[in-house]
Amino acid sequence: MYKGKAFKFGDDINTDEIIPARYLNTTDKADLAKHCMEDADKGFAKKVRRGDIIAAGKNFGCGSSREHAPVSIKAAGVSCVIAENFARIFFRNCINIGLAIVESPEASKSVKTGDTLAVDIASGLVKNITRKETYRIEKYPHFMQRIIKAGGLMASIRKSSSKNKKKE
Amino acid sequence: MGLTITEKILLKHTKLKKIHPGEFIDARVDLCLGNDITAPLAIEEFEKSGAKKVFDRKKIALVPDHFAPAKDMASANQCKRLADFSRKYDIKHYFEVGQMGVEHALLPEIGLALPGDLIIGADSHTCTYGALGAFSTGVGSTDLAAAMVTGEVWLKVPESIKFIFRGKLNKWVGGKDLILHTIGDIGVDGARYMAMEFCGETIEKLPMEDRLTMCNMAIEAGAKNGIIAPDKITSQYIRSIKNKAKPGIGRVYSSDKNAKYRDVKEYDCRRIGPLVACPSLPSNVKPVKALRDVSIDQVVIGSCTNGRISDLRIAAKILKGKKIRSSVRLIVIPATQKIYLDAMREGLAKIFIDAGGVFSTPTCGPCLGGHMGILAQGERAVSTTNRNFVGRMGDPTSEVYLSNPAVAAASAIKGRIAHPEEVI
Repeated sequence: MYKGKAFKFGDDINTDEIIPARYLNTTDKADLAKHCMEDADKGFAKKVRRGDIIAAGKNFGCGSSREHAPVSIKAAGVSCVIAENFARIFFRNCINIGLAIVESPEASKSVKTGDTLAVDIASGLVKNITRKETYRIEKYPHFMQRIIKAGGLMASIRKSSSKNKKKE
Repeated sequence: MGLTITEKILLKHTKLKKIHPGEFIDARVDLCLGNDITAPLAIEEFEKSGAKKVFDRKKIALVPDHFAPAKDMASANQCKRLADFSRKYDIKHYFEVGQMGVEHALLPEIGLALPGDLIIGADSHTCTYGALGAFSTGVGSTDLAAAMVTGEVWLKVPESIKFIFRGKLNKWVGGKDLILHTIGDIGVDGARYMAMEFCGETIEKLPMEDRLTMCNMAIEAGAKNGIIAPDKITSQYIRSIKNKAKPGIGRVYSSDKNAKYRDVKEYDCRRIGPLVACPSLPSNVKPVKALRDVSIDQVVIGSCTNGRISDLRIAAKILKGKKIRSSVRLIVIPATQKIYLDAMREGLAKIFIDAGGVFSTPTCGPCLGGHMGILAQGERAVSTTNRNFVGRMGDPTSEVYLSNPAVAAASAIKGRIAHPEEVI
């Protein structure tokens, strides 16, 4: 369960806006967090509180493959990103690094900045506590749930390689 | 039901007997790629995994090209991590400054991307190699780390959209205009998660470098990959590569006649003129002629999209014997060392410098607002690159207009967006 205040963004938010290339000469998570969403909302990194939630329109995370984008969002304290849908490389990066993301066209349409949300992936629902509304979440395919449950891609391959070793 | 070329290549790289769109697969990779921005994160993950060796030292390519030659100390440290990792694990295809070029121009040029290959790269423009009939897609750094350990990548088999191009190309129109037209038509998410298959009589005659430009920008429509079935032009291109980095000529696949497509689009190329993508999305496409009052401060000719020798030849044709407008900065960046040398040999470098431009060593540099041509507040550029997002080339208030090399060169002369016909 993720609970926090929503920050609302529009359609086609790209990874250049999420973390501009001028900050890509580091892989330090705290440094990347300082500039999270900077070219979409300059003050975001200062306003965001641990647990807060990004809600956006369609095709969130389009453009460059930079994993620094979900890394900066996660390190800034954002607990979950909700969007109508996601660009594919950003989507797989989130699954791989363990940043919670959910697709919910209903939430994407209705949520406004400042709303308090509670995202319950297990029950497949987003609760908008401020507006007393509930939105459905698209369910992840089983294949992805396996990676998420393992705690990300690297943990998942470690798990399957140790399984194989046991078999041998 | 038949299979598309994308489905056939993916199937061949699994242990499965059949696959269908929407299915998740673990696929073997023939090559995985990283650069000085994405590989450091991958190297961190690789090292954390406890792996003692890479899956295959000949199937990893590391290219410091984005902030290289190193633009500052932090970037120098990132480049050094690629060099150190390559030394430690004896990575065959590491390209130090001097051998390196913009990755997606370099790999096809030396024959590291071949028909039928399955290639992943921690760079979104990895989709470029689809022009050679490979399945090639951009992934993240953790994907690269996992592939360096296991030699595999998880993928969702994409649905395909077929794009049929008919009719002769108009003068000053190239692959860039065809792909801008396509993105303008379907939008920046029009092919989200899907394969874009380009075909038709126009594509059959289209030179390889224009095909590379088209597949390069498939990601700007949200696609997983762009792909063109190998043909005579493909085999001629591969045969012409001297000192190929890996043996063989690849495996040729093509789509079955009864393959299933999500959608089929047809375009009449006789109706496509030179195009420009206006700020701040690659889908915001307008004809050049509608933008003649847009004044500019900078022109960039280069990148993985349009930094190849044919691009420089077109730009030089326009600029030969002319001067650019004194208020404009023209930055020409050949994408690889070979292109650089060819441009010198053919006298193109001299044409650019005589016209008032600069001619730089290969780098991605300005395309992503890295270095070698950052825009100041409120400045405007025409660029042959691939993205015009807010702040892409520098200050968030600056603007990027994307075009082909002929339009970019003509605009440098006029100091505003200009059609090549206006200056030739």
